[in-house]
Amino acid sequence: MTRLPITKTPKVYVGGAFIRSESARTFPIKDASGAFFANIPQCTRKDLRNAVEAAAKAGPGWARRTPYNRAQILYRLGEMLESRAAEMADAIALGGSRDAAAREVAAAVDRLIYYAGWADKYEAVLGSVNPVSAPYFNFTVAEPMGIVGVIAPSDAPLLGLVSLVAPVITSGNTVVALASESSPYPAVVLGEMLATSDLPGGVVNLLTGFHRELVPTFATHAHLRAISAVANAEERKILALGAVEIVKRTHFAKAEEGQDWFSDGAQSLYAIRNFVEFKTTWHPIGA
Amino acid sequence: MPAHATKPPTAHVKGKSASRNGQSSGRPPTQIRGRAAPALIFGDLWEFDPAPETADPKLKSRYELFINGEFVPPKSGKYFDSINPANERKLAEIASGGASDVDAAYEAAARAFEAWGRMPGRERGKYLYRVARLLQDRAREFAVAETMDNGKPIRETRDFDVPMCAAHFFYHGGWADKLEYVAPGRKAAPLGVVGQVIPWNFPLLMLAWKLAPALAMGNCAVLKPASNTCITALKLAEIFQDAGLPPGVVNIVTGPGSTGGLIMAHPTASKIAFTGSTDVGKVIMRSVAGGDKRMTMELGGKAANIVFDDAPIDQAVEGIVNGIFFNQGQVCCAGSRLLVHEPVAVAVIAKLRNRLRVLRVGDPLDKNTDVGAIVSQAQLDTIREYLKIGVEEGAEMWQPPCRLPSKGYFLPPTLFTGVTQSHRIAREEIFGPVLSILTFRTVDEAIEKANNTAYGLSAGVWTDKGSRILKMSTELKAGVVWANTFNKFDPTSPFGGYKESGFGREGGRQGLLDYAKLI
Amino acid sequence: MPAFAYPSAFRRLFDEIGTVDAVGIEERVAKYATRSIKKGSKLSGLKLAVSMVDLTTLEGKDTPGKIASLCCKALHPHEDADVPSVAAVCVYPSMVRHAKKHVAGTPVRVASVATAFPSGQTHFRTRLAEVRGAAADGADEIDMVINRGAFLAGEFARVQDEISAVREACGGAALKVILEVSELETYDAIRAASFLAMSVLREGDFIKTSTGKTSLNATLGNNQVMIDAIRDHYLDTGVAIGMKPAGGIRGAKQALHFLVAVKETLGDAWLVNRRYRFGASALLNDLLRQIEKEKTGAYQAPYYFSDAAESY
Repeated sequence: MTRLPITKTPKVYVGGAFIRSESARTFPIKDASGAFFANIPQCTRKDLRNAVEAAAKAGPGWARRTPYNRAQILYRLGEMLESRAAEMADAIALGGSRDAAAREVAAAVDRLIYYAGWADKYEAVLGSVNPVSAPYFNFTVAEPMGIVGVIAPSDAPLLGLVSLVAPVITSGNTVVALASESSPYPAVVLGEMLATSDLPGGVVNLLTGFHRELVPTFATHAHLRAISAVANAEERKILALGAVEIVKRTHFAKAEEGQDWFSDGAQSLYAIRNFVEFKTTWHPIGA
Repeated sequence: MPAHATKPPTAHVKGKSASRNGQSSGRPPTQIRGRAAPALIFGDLWEFDPAPETADPKLKSRYELFINGEFVPPKSGKYFDSINPANERKLAEIASGGASDVDAAYEAAARAFEAWGRMPGRERGKYLYRVARLLQDRAREFAVAETMDNGKPIRETRDFDVPMCAAHFFYHGGWADKLEYVAPGRKAAPLGVVGQVIPWNFPLLMLAWKLAPALAMGNCAVLKPASNTCITALKLAEIFQDAGLPPGVVNIVTGPGSTGGLIMAHPTASKIAFTGSTDVGKVIMRSVAGGDKRMTMELGGKAANIVFDDAPIDQAVEGIVNGIFFNQGQVCCAGSRLLVHEPVAVAVIAKLRNRLRVLRVGDPLDKNTDVGAIVSQAQLDTIREYLKIGVEEGAEMWQPPCRLPSKGYFLPPTLFTGVTQSHRIAREEIFGPVLSILTFRTVDEAIEKANNTAYGLSAGVWTDKGSRILKMSTELKAGVVWANTFNKFDPTSPFGGYKESGFGREGGRQGLLDYAKLI
Repeated sequence: MPAFAYPSAFRRLFDEIGTVDAVGIEERVAKYATRSIKKGSKLSGLKLAVSMVDLTTLEGKDTPGKIASLCCKALHPHEDADVPSVAAVCVYPSMVRHAKKHVAGTPVRVASVATAFPSGQTHFRTRLAEVRGAAADGADEIDMVINRGAFLAGEFARVQDEISAVREACGGAALKVILEVSELETYDAIRAASFLAMSVLREGDFIKTSTGKTSLNATLGNNQVMIDAIRDHYLDTGVAIGMKPAGGIRGAKQALHFLVAVKETLGDAWLVNRRYRFGASALLNDLLRQIEKEKTGAYQAPYYFSDAAESY
């Protein structure tokens, strides 16, 4: 008899730990051949609430790390993903074509490295010393906003998620992210790499589940300072209306248009800029 | 109101005389209430045992040139000795490269540039990241090697030189694929092959300052370490190999000063970069005058460290000590002139003396050593000459009691008081653990005295008043101004001088531009 | 009219005393943590630290039985006769008599907290009475808390007068003045409070960092600020005040770093328990553990030492 493997129980990575949904609900996903693959936690708004608390706890420490330290941690996340690229490709392909999956993993690693490299540089490009016409030293710095909600696209379940999360955390924000609804399994495996990367628990929290159950809470949770979402028209409306109450910053990509996550245009300084606040300080110059 | 109180309300803090920070503004009291003035005892009651760092530096007995990705013997077949300045013993033999080796190096660099200059930045950056990570893996080994070659304390190489070197490679690795953000309105392209000559005071770190931005920008390099300190550069070449850096991207040609001249003057170099003394910098500039080479120079300094009466005094004293005794004072940006505000001069100098009495001078490999060995006999002789000059000029010399090792090039930390701007020890760069102390009365006078020098590399300002910091920063003619701190370095922070301290910047976006052609 | 009645009094206090740069202090003390203390110097440092411990129990559930146990440990921390006894036991006023029974006539002193420790939030007459009571019961040392509310409101004369009054009420007992650094928060305030206290203290008295009852206690940083003040005061007046960091020093290695700070700031004359103490409880066993390791060469388990909390 051939050896029976032990199957993995998918759990979501929240607050530095692997948990089931507080509702104990799951939904099944199938592999490429249509067979049962695993049961994925069906997260609720309470899970979202708990994840936001974890992100809030981790926030001050993460923001206070030196930019170099954040750069090194993001780089190490890249190291973790690269060293287990084969496993992640399997998690994307689920028995189907591995070539496309492998390409997606390589691009995700490079994207992490790209944003790692911005951590100790964006300030020098986005900030400024302003030549005011009065005897004051006047400077503008970029600061992280706080907790950011991320809603990942259905397609590119790894690369899309990484492309949205990395620019947000590089500046010291923390994230609660909703993984692809149709392909949630790569987010489960990504959680394992986050856990081994020196990234403090709570900086990135990954939820799996259904948009219709969670988007409304992303929209109205008052502790989320910003939303970065790939969303359809109806969802954008819900998120935008919810944002009004606390003047949440929102940045959308239109799900119905599709995005080319592999292009260089899918990464830039401006993805970081969308999630920083600019603070300008004045101080007199004189004896 | 306390029930027992019968004394009148106090008008000031009881028992505190009109003094600042434990010292009267005049001369220190010789008697207080009829007893001898209080003094602190810094003796041997609890003396530390030796605490040598034992990690193996993995030194080879002979180091060859690194050309085209290989270690190759010099055409001349000649080698010179590398000496450990802490015990005057030979560490290794170093290849003595000459004209044909320099030619070979430039040829390799030019060939490698064809691919390296066109490589996507994303991939080029990955090589630099690998170098950083591999150096971090072997950090302790490199720290010990650097200490043995240069004489600086292991605590410094372990906690500053080596980590900072790795940080420079890591930082610049991240720029390689972001060059479109470096020069607004222009495309930043590599120059081609750069020739670089670095000094002996921070052998590994100076190499990182030169190579990391050059490579991030897509250039290839021919670099000569100082002949005093070649070992860690050639060890790092091993890491270039382990990282798979394409052959020819970096070439290291060790040799005497004349070899450096050949590297600077070579026709293949599109740009040259030199860090060293102003005098040698001028020789190089003369040799390339009239040609097309771009150049950057990082030369000498005679920085003023300015302490105002409202400074946090104990921290200012620490900053003064870091400013001139860090790296045994062998730093271009050393705070070698203390300009102290007259109201606090006596207090600051008294505290400085107490602080010097607990500085530990000795075996650089001992983890408790604060001040190590001077790099060479020649440099030690130069410094001693300045001590003589200072005394002859009429300044007052003071050194804390020190037990120096019997062998090796050691010197106690030294203070000169009663110094004025006309003294040679206030004008000339000594490059050793010697502080010249002057006083001033007003802000303007401090600025005048600080700027009264041909140099302009750095300056320090100690005051509690923010607006004064910004005024000083505006008025001081120095490329780096440290406020309420000193000798702070970071890959993101541009470093370089005004006037005869050189031109060009290293670090940050500004530093990258010096390695780019703007199209 | 006292100068302190005016808001400018706060500035004037700081003008005389000078300010502290926090980043600078952290950098200075980081160097202490790089000191590598080995072999003979480690052993002598550990024993010195033992001799400086004020072995402390300050719990609502303290009883004479607990005090008896503490005093026994204080007198003979280790079966090795080479290891000295600690400097003092530190207890609540109600326990002073019981402690005195066990250690009177020995080198171990009895220190009592007083003045409504830890908050100090009762009427001053009550606080003073408590001091007198503890002294009458035979306390050799009194650990008082300063009036932080008054300090932060700028009522410096009042803070100082209270310390003077307690100083008198102590009689022959030594006084340790707890600044409660976590509530003063800034290094500037800690420096100012240090001078405020020292100006009315005598040789043999101490200034102390904390009650140990808040979440932030002694650190190398606040220790440095206070010993810098002690040094300045000594060089100015000739009066040598002692220092006691309390709480937050869990391990022997940390304690040795504190001693390095003393060695390099105050010098040899303060490396004695007449002038330096550690307010601690768990620290003692870690010191003993490290002493044993130095002697035998083997790393020790915690439960080999009496009164250890850990059983795993």
